Amino acid sequence: MPNIFTKTTLPNSLTILLKEIHTAPLISSWVWYRVGSRDEAPPLTGISHLVEHMQFKGTQQFPAAVLDRVISRDGGMRNAFTFLDWTTYFETMPADKIDIALRLEADRMINSEFDEKGFSSERTVVISEREGDENEPMFRLGEAIQQAAFRIHSYHHEVIGDMADLKTMTRDDLYKHYRTYYVPNNAVMGVAGDFNTKEILARIKELFEPIPAGTTPPRLMRSEPEQRGEVRLSVEGPGETVYVQAAYRFPSASHPDFFALSVLDSLLAGPSNLNMFGGGGISNKTSRLYRSLVDKEFAVGLSGGSNVTVDPFLYQITLIIHPNRKPEEALAALDEEIKLVQDSLVSKEEIARAIKQARANFAYGTENITNQAFWLGYAEMFADYKWFETYLEKMLKVTPKDVQRVAREYLRPQTRVVGTYVPTGNGKSA
Amino acid sequence: MSKTKTNSLPGPQDIHREVLSNGITILTRSNFNSPSVSISGYIQAGSLFDPDEKLGLADFATSALMRGTAKHSFDALFNELESAGASFGFDSGLHTTGFNGRALAEDLSLLLGLLSEAMCQPVFPTDEVEKLRNQLLTGLAIRLQDTSDMADITFDEILYEGHPYSRSEDGNPDTIKAITRQDLVDYHRFGFGPHGMVISVVGAVEPKKAIDLVHRALGNWKNPDQRELPPLPDLKILDETVKRHFKIVEKSQADIIIGSNGPRRKDPEYMAASLGNSILGQFGMMGRVGESVREKAGLAYYVYSSLSAGVGPGAWTVNAGVNPANVKKASDLIIKELKRFVKEPVIEEELADSQANFIGRLPLAFESNGGVAGSLVNIERYDLGLDYYRRYPDLVRKVTAADVLEAARKYLDPQRLAVATAGP
Repeated sequence: MPNIFTKTTLPNSLTILLKEIHTAPLISSWVWYRVGSRDEAPPLTGISHLVEHMQFKGTQQFPAAVLDRVISRDGGMRNAFTFLDWTTYFETMPADKIDIALRLEADRMINSEFDEKGFSSERTVVISEREGDENEPMFRLGEAIQQAAFRIHSYHHEVIGDMADLKTMTRDDLYKHYRTYYVPNNAVMGVAGDFNTKEILARIKELFEPIPAGTTPPRLMRSEPEQRGEVRLSVEGPGETVYVQAAYRFPSASHPDFFALSVLDSLLAGPSNLNMFGGGGISNKTSRLYRSLVDKEFAVGLSGGSNVTVDPFLYQITLIIHPNRKPEEALAALDEEIKLVQDSLVSKEEIARAIKQARANFAYGTENITNQAFWLGYAEMFADYKWFETYLEKMLKVTPKDVQRVAREYLRPQTRVVGTYVPTGNGKSA
Repeated sequence: MSKTKTNSLPGPQDIHREVLSNGITILTRSNFNSPSVSISGYIQAGSLFDPDEKLGLADFATSALMRGTAKHSFDALFNELESAGASFGFDSGLHTTGFNGRALAEDLSLLLGLLSEAMCQPVFPTDEVEKLRNQLLTGLAIRLQDTSDMADITFDEILYEGHPYSRSEDGNPDTIKAITRQDLVDYHRFGFGPHGMVISVVGAVEPKKAIDLVHRALGNWKNPDQRELPPLPDLKILDETVKRHFKIVEKSQADIIIGSNGPRRKDPEYMAASLGNSILGQFGMMGRVGESVREKAGLAYYVYSSLSAGVGPGAWTVNAGVNPANVKKASDLIIKELKRFVKEPVIEEELADSQANFIGRLPLAFESNGGVAGSLVNIERYDLGLDYYRRYPDLVRKVTAADVLEAARKYLDPQRLAVATAGP
């Protein structure tokens, strides 16, 4: 039975995507807002993420304790994520219990209270979240690289925000941010699972149509000028392990080169998994970089991947340096491998292999209703659902020449930032 | 609104079970909703065999299984696997060595073939063993900087003092350096065999075909040298609360683990303890400890309770990550909740909520092939019966608040807790 797909827009401009999938008695519902850390400027960095946290603090109709309870009681799963370009909320429920999730999302699109007391404890929760992040060498290094790569564009700061801002922003700042961006005309809803399209659409209209459209909020947009020359930086911290990350500039996900770059990533560092749930797990031990860096003992581990973004972001290759090697040696080996893919054409077989890996990742992703619902709205954040549906087709069109061209264009040392985590030892650890 | 009529819970009508003559148990269930397949299982070998001076041997040997076989080099083996978009790996545990993998359904025989090669014919090439040793040593250096890992290790050292569970399965730099290639060969020779092995296959494959393919890959495997695991000594319960701190400099967050030993999976009070654990630190936004430490006090991004019940005595813990200045405040709040938890029965409404959650979440747990494959393996490991998930709602509903209190009191004594912290 083919899955019935519907895309429609309500009079208040809320976009709705529905996909009937009758494989399990489950429905997953997602609401996406076009607001993320790139819409923030100091001293309010991290505000989108903090607003997302406050969205779990309840409304008059659904106080926090009630909210948690109704979802969990029915065996549902819910969460939310804040990213560079978007914020999203989802619930996956037994099919006959989805109504409560639809009601709560309609309610918190407009009725969240953001009370002062709830905010004061949530502020410290998020500060604690950031402190946990700061425990990780790769967070510290990644943050420094991102700041160096984006001087103008608001991709400059981490989603979680700067500590200084987390400590000073006020409840009124948050409420204003919420009311500015949480309007139906800035939102997309994606629902997949075991429903009848006509019935669920009628219910969604009933709940969401009364919410008035607001002024469509503008995106904060300051283009990053071209980088002229390699940037190198280092971050010091405890430990004995050296990490190196090389960050190259990649185009937005809607750029035609995205697919050739996906193939290139797969060849260099193993396939990236774009699913939020249920994909991934394919190792990278026969990728070109593993063979030349880990097999040859310049590094003990490596990963590579880009983020799917609205504006150009970064492709990051991360190396855990072998204890007997210097980071410059590993970097030289990396450069040699990149030169190889720029100088000589990859084989058609290698491309076919990358496509099969992507096909497998998508198949794993379809085992899971939550992941299928995720794609409906996610793809709309940077392109549209067709982008997802035609992903493999577009990969199939990639030629060895395309891979060589994008390798030459995007993997240039002049436009990269290379960061090294320099360990200072274990101190007086027990 | 639901149109799906089929009962999605695995049961005797759709789980096929077969035992091969060499002792391998196969469980399989079809799911043609997606063109993929998952395998999961274990063999009866684990780190309980590790001598103290070579701690980490089981983990090292298991990690080396795929570094070269009689038929394939490390690179050739992973080339087969990765070219198919498949994944496969082993995971060494205390009592058993687990494995998990998945592939497109068209590649199931490839996956089983590689599993068979890695388990039956590993050759432990010297150069690959040395590369792996350096990778393990780097992993240990990274672990030494991880507040959560080091709190875990410290907690086990307190709770299981004098018991094999007190040892870290990954070993330490000295023991990893002491392990020779021959140790790996011997560990494999005496530890790995078909006796007691369990494998589940779930996904887009007919049961008969799945069983045939496993039979073809592993039906002829024999190992007369396969030894039994040593018996577990009794666990000595703590006389009083023991606190220990592992110092890691320059960290912005400390990890706390507070807890005690918990039931084994097969103990009769397991379900009551499990529901109690949900109320204590899982349900909704991390249960009672979440409400106290995160929601009200705003001290932690994560605070939750956990019950790890396996073959032997598990651990029942509350874990939290907090600012180093708040360790005492958060610990006091957690212990206050533990005291309440063993003093008075849980509220009927709380119990009903967690019971509804346990039953309601089953369809979610079983939508992916990997989820079903793991559940089938547990059915076999703990003798739960093929009809376990059919009986499960009744088992859950049967638990009373008095049962939860009894289970809580049996294990969680606020005067005799293990309290481990790691951080600056």
